Amino acid sequence: MNNFTKITFALVAFLSIVSCGDKRSRSVQYMPDMYVSVPYEPNGETGINGEPSNLKPVEGSVARGQVPYDYPNTNDGYDAALKNLKSPLEKNDENLAKGKVMYGIYCATCHGTKGDGNGVLAQREKFNGVPNYKDRAITEGSTYHVIMYGRNLMGSHSSQLTIAERWQIVHYVDKLRNDLLK
Amino acid sequence: MKSVNKHSQPKRLLLKSFTFLLFFAMSFSVQAQDAVDTERQAEGRKLFKSLCSSCHKLDKKFVGPALGNVLERREADWLISWIKDNNALRASGDADAIAIFEEYNGSPMSSFPMLSDKNIEDILYYTTVGDPKKAAAAASGAQATVAVEKEASPWLIYILIAVIVVGVLIVASLLKIISELKGAPKTPGIASNLKDIWIGFKKNAFLHVLLVIFLALTSAYVGFGLLSGVGVDKGYMPIQEIAFSHKIHSGDNKIDCQYCHSSAKHSKTSGIPSANVCMNCHKNISEVSEDTKMDYNGAVYGKNELDKEIAKLYDAAGWDPENLEYTGETKPIKWVRVHNLPDFAYFNHSQHVTVGGQKCQTCHGPVETMDEVYQFSPLTMGWCIDCHKETKVDVNGNEYYTKIHEELSKKYGVETVTVAQLGGKECGKCHY
Repeated sequence: MNNFTKITFALVAFLSIVSCGDKRSRSVQYMPDMYVSVPYEPNGETGINGEPSNLKPVEGSVARGQVPYDYPNTNDGYDAALKNLKSPLEKNDENLAKGKVMYGIYCATCHGTKGDGNGVLAQREKFNGVPNYKDRAITEGSTYHVIMYGRNLMGSHSSQLTIAERWQIVHYVDKLRNDLLK
Repeated sequence: MKSVNKHSQPKRLLLKSFTFLLFFAMSFSVQAQDAVDTERQAEGRKLFKSLCSSCHKLDKKFVGPALGNVLERREADWLISWIKDNNALRASGDADAIAIFEEYNGSPMSSFPMLSDKNIEDILYYTTVGDPKKAAAAASGAQATVAVEKEASPWLIYILIAVIVVGVLIVASLLKIISELKGAPKTPGIASNLKDIWIGFKKNAFLHVLLVIFLALTSAYVGFGLLSGVGVDKGYMPIQEIAFSHKIHSGDNKIDCQYCHSSAKHSKTSGIPSANVCMNCHKNISEVSEDTKMDYNGAVYGKNELDKEIAKLYDAAGWDPENLEYTGETKPIKWVRVHNLPDFAYFNHSQHVTVGGQKCQTCHGPVETMDEVYQFSPLTMGWCIDCHKETKVDVNGNEYYTKIHEELSKKYGVETVTVAQLGGKECGKCHY
């Protein structure tokens, strides 16, 4: 009798300790120093001197591959971009196709796949008053400017897109607008 | 009995006509209370939503001033000329027009020359009467009944089960008592039965051997299972600081994964969106719609709770929702990391998303259906290798490597090579 109960007790205790299926905590790690990165990780909490490592870059610094954008975020800047800013990219099918993909990810939710301002968020009345591209006198320069800084309700999308991707989207928006104007 | 239930004919008629009158009077009074021209209201609402609401709200200041009951503050004629072409109105030297332009820091309102006077009057009518109310009331009523139904059903089942169990026990004990009363020998208790089995077991050596083998196999099975679960966090679902629902954002509202996780296409990490990405939408959306719901930590979060969660975002982004401006006082949101590959395994998102063209869901599972995100895949090495063995590489449009691809497929005797055949199984690919 004694042996049997002892074994049962031991088994139950062992199982209840090790098989805690708690979804709110991580499972046991063998040698945790192999799991956690010694170098700072992106979005990590700890970084240089206890400060998070993903803070904004020093003001005025330009990341590799980036080109400073000279038009200021004002009405005058918008007007200047509308008139003067031109796309540095070649207008070809490859850029247009990439622009279409990017447009689908970053713009179509509000502006609609056709650019008529009837995206999912507009249909569900989360976002109202998204303009139809054909109702606005926009140029490639002004489109780029608005992607950079945002305008009225639209926020800046510059942090999500590289320069080339922005211009690819501009090409695609241009195409959508011309299709709508037909 | 019959005579009591049946009213006399004239009495019944009187009762019927009275109820009819009452009903008619009530419905009439409801109509009279909000005598809204629904057609004009709907027309105005449509125009307002499509043209004005990107900058104006009815009840509060936005990019432009609040427009609810604007007719109490301005003349209709002035509004019509302002809406049609506010530039011209300002140019004509209208003092009110210049004052409001200055008040909003000189941000110009678009002109709407395409609107007719009738259109503008409809819009103004809408700003006076507001949104249709009946639909909202009906919706909340329907919601309430749904909630009641949901609450009622599990209790009913519990009670039913309890009744059945109690019934069975009563019947069983009654049957036993009856058979004992009839003269059957008293059945021995469970305890003495067990004791007999135990004595028999102690004497039998063969059973001892069987038991040892059984225990050894079980403990090996359990032990192996436990050890292989070390460091595997499949199903891990930490509590996040903000009750953010991927289901609402990417499931219901169809926002692409990469809209927020924008660095997945170029970088090793998919990236946690910074608050400015949230604010791209939430500058506008400060509260959720009435019927928005999410499951969070065992509770159902409705509009009340979720609006507070959006307020947490405003706090972190330093956005003042009253004055609609950034205060500059920001603080990081401490999201808890769900997916963590050990440091000794290299994984690159861009390699899989952009080059490989994999869907996010291949590894992360149906995130668009998760209110709270959990780890869908085990993220073990075997799991990686399985996928590398099966996935065919799309070699189209990759002329630089055409020759290598051809030679490899000849070597393995296949049409298109898999990731593993391209070297996706080499140790050094991921461990270095």
